[in-house]
Amino acid sequence: MESNAFGLIYTGETNPMLRDLALSRSVAAVPFGGRYRCIDFILSDLVNTGVTSVGLIAQKNYHSLMDHLGAGKEWDLHRKREGLFVLPPFMTKENTGLYRGSIDAIRSCLGYVRRCRQQYVILTGSHTIFNMTFNDMIKQHVQSRANITILYNEVDASVPEEQNMDLRLILDGNGCVTEMEYNPFTPRSTHRSCDVLILDKLLLEYLVEEAYSHGEYDLVRDILLKKCNTLKIMGYRYDGFVARLDSVNDFFRHNLALLQSEVRDDLFNPAHPIYTKIKDEVSARYGENACVKNAMLADGCVIEGTIENSILFRGVTIQKGAVVKNSIIMQATKIGENCHLDHVILDKGVTIRDGRTLTGYDGFPIILKKGTTI
Amino acid sequence: MKKRIVAMLLAGGQGSRLGVLTSSMAKPAVPFGGKYRIIDFPLSNCVNSDIDTVGVLTQYRPLALNSYIGTGQHWDLDRVHGGVFVLPPYVTGVDGRWYTGTANAIYQNREFVDQYDPDYVLILSGDHIYKMDYGEMLRFHIEKNAVATIAVLPVPMEEAHRFGIMNTDNDDRITSFEEKPKQPKSNKASMGIYIFNWPELKEYMGRDDANPDSSNDFGHDIIPALIDDNQPVYAYPFSGYWKDVGTIQSLWEANMDIISTPPKLILNDPLWRIYSRNPIMPAHYVGNDASITQSLVTEGCRVEGKVHHSVLFYNVSVEPDAEVFDSVVFPGAVIRKGAKVYQSIVGENAQIGEGAIVGGALRHGDQVDNALTGSITVVGNDISVQTEAYLPQGTVATEDENGGRCYGK
Repeated sequence: MESNAFGLIYTGETNPMLRDLALSRSVAAVPFGGRYRCIDFILSDLVNTGVTSVGLIAQKNYHSLMDHLGAGKEWDLHRKREGLFVLPPFMTKENTGLYRGSIDAIRSCLGYVRRCRQQYVILTGSHTIFNMTFNDMIKQHVQSRANITILYNEVDASVPEEQNMDLRLILDGNGCVTEMEYNPFTPRSTHRSCDVLILDKLLLEYLVEEAYSHGEYDLVRDILLKKCNTLKIMGYRYDGFVARLDSVNDFFRHNLALLQSEVRDDLFNPAHPIYTKIKDEVSARYGENACVKNAMLADGCVIEGTIENSILFRGVTIQKGAVVKNSIIMQATKIGENCHLDHVILDKGVTIRDGRTLTGYDGFPIILKKGTTI
Repeated sequence: MKKRIVAMLLAGGQGSRLGVLTSSMAKPAVPFGGKYRIIDFPLSNCVNSDIDTVGVLTQYRPLALNSYIGTGQHWDLDRVHGGVFVLPPYVTGVDGRWYTGTANAIYQNREFVDQYDPDYVLILSGDHIYKMDYGEMLRFHIEKNAVATIAVLPVPMEEAHRFGIMNTDNDDRITSFEEKPKQPKSNKASMGIYIFNWPELKEYMGRDDANPDSSNDFGHDIIPALIDDNQPVYAYPFSGYWKDVGTIQSLWEANMDIISTPPKLILNDPLWRIYSRNPIMPAHYVGNDASITQSLVTEGCRVEGKVHHSVLFYNVSVEPDAEVFDSVVFPGAVIRKGAKVYQSIVGENAQIGEGAIVGGALRHGDQVDNALTGSITVVGNDISVQTEAYLPQGTVATEDENGGRCYGK
């Protein structure tokens, strides 16, 4: 069913804690779950909601992202009417082309926002992974007459070890946000924002122009935190699986979480498929000596060795006698004979020559960046 | 817009020798090789050979095939000029009719071909598994100044009597053609792939259509007529893997050929990809107690049991303690706990109940009608094999006379 909302995805998040994973790509383009990129989840969520128009604000290092998305065909967003609009930065008299933050970025694509015929905007980031549709959230937003509705989920109450865009909501009994904390030292709330807001597009235009005229540029700091008491802001709770790619450890942990069937059933709920770029790879091929336990493997893999507790992306080759444990192995990686890998993250196109051993630790996996040969 | 060559794919075959596997779909829509359907092979060969205009002729159970092909985008055949078109038989004025033969199917669609005013027409069939560059064949056709070129494959002399055999001179020119000869003079078997000069083909098809005694078939009528008229008809020698998958046995064998070591047919070829419609499913999961060897497994599968020397299509579940050996399991099938599947083809969305044995040895007194299956056991699409059922090898599990989809007591 078509939705009365359009999507606006901001992919300008930077995160040094992702180290080499986000060195040459935006967080949105970080590979996840064997055959996906981070962006596939939020984009599929929007499509599964019935959203027919999605603006995607690209900011830095977006080559990899553009390459992945193409014209949006795989998400069924390659349309004559509406579809996917990639909005890269551009320079005009009043726009430097360099965004200081999300407000600058949204302001530069207000032209797109004005053209959309839908009343509501679903404004999202791109580093949070979950599988839901926003229909009920929109319904709540309309019925509660909220100005802004923020999606949140319950997180561990303990003090986070690494913090990144950690927005906590303090709610009253009606689900109304009374206070917010941004990257708090000791969080007072377990309600963490999932980086999805729903609001009227006219309100978005107004808030962005107002903040911009005051020289402000960060949506969370300069709009949400400041307007908490003047606007009616509601929370909408999501109880399913949520993965935030805040750090390398999170990336590692959330990928391996897919080895639990409850997580897989939730994130890959067949009623709401997750779409991604198609590569037309052949099926994964298991050789005579293959020994695979508790692992997720994408197509195009050729397995002659041993794999345990690992995620293998498309087109990975594991040769005879190689042992791979507790690892994330990205696309088109080659692992030679008799290698031993434990707690490693191999980015795309890495080659490990015969007999090499690499061991990281729980809490500190070794990352090899794209194209490395060892 | 003029095209140099247009391909016409004969996909009307009922595939009756595939029995229950084709009860709801035409033969070209039958799954093959883990991710594909038979028709993906000729379609991908066309695209990889830079042929961008393909007519697919259907008449038997076309729904599965129509919806599978769609706009052709999965084969990159959604083109501004050309693309892929499904061409069913149609009625004209008073005398619409079914396709009476392979040549008649093309003749009835001559207007479709004429739109592109091609110099050549490539005729393909939808029941063969092979990778072939039709461009090479076209170059051969042009070099030889041929009116018709037939791709031929050397087969073992002792099997030649099962094929249409081309007898040629030293220059590969065909001197005579014999359908399934008792005493074959050559081992050059027709692969069912033809290139014709379109103007000459139209003329011969018109003449053939006017002949009420003709079976309107390329092999029986058109090719012999061309040879009789002393037209230059050449045999293009092909070497490589080619298999007619028209029977249960050969369909099973062809699947086994891609998992042999080394594989007889290499599918993992970046220069010659086989394209297909993608099921949109996550990477497959292999459980803690699973064992998978010498097999192909693809997206959406969940394997907790033992899989050896088998091909699993997408979205197949193999539950704990289940065993799948030497088998082909079509999309969406579920092999329940402790079930055993040996040397079988399990149809789409079939369910093998807990502890059931499919393809077990013949027990004393077992009566099995295996005329179509030989030693292969087949479970039809959407059939549920009951818990603890025993299906001796060669059994065909299909719906009962009342349409019930449960099999076994």
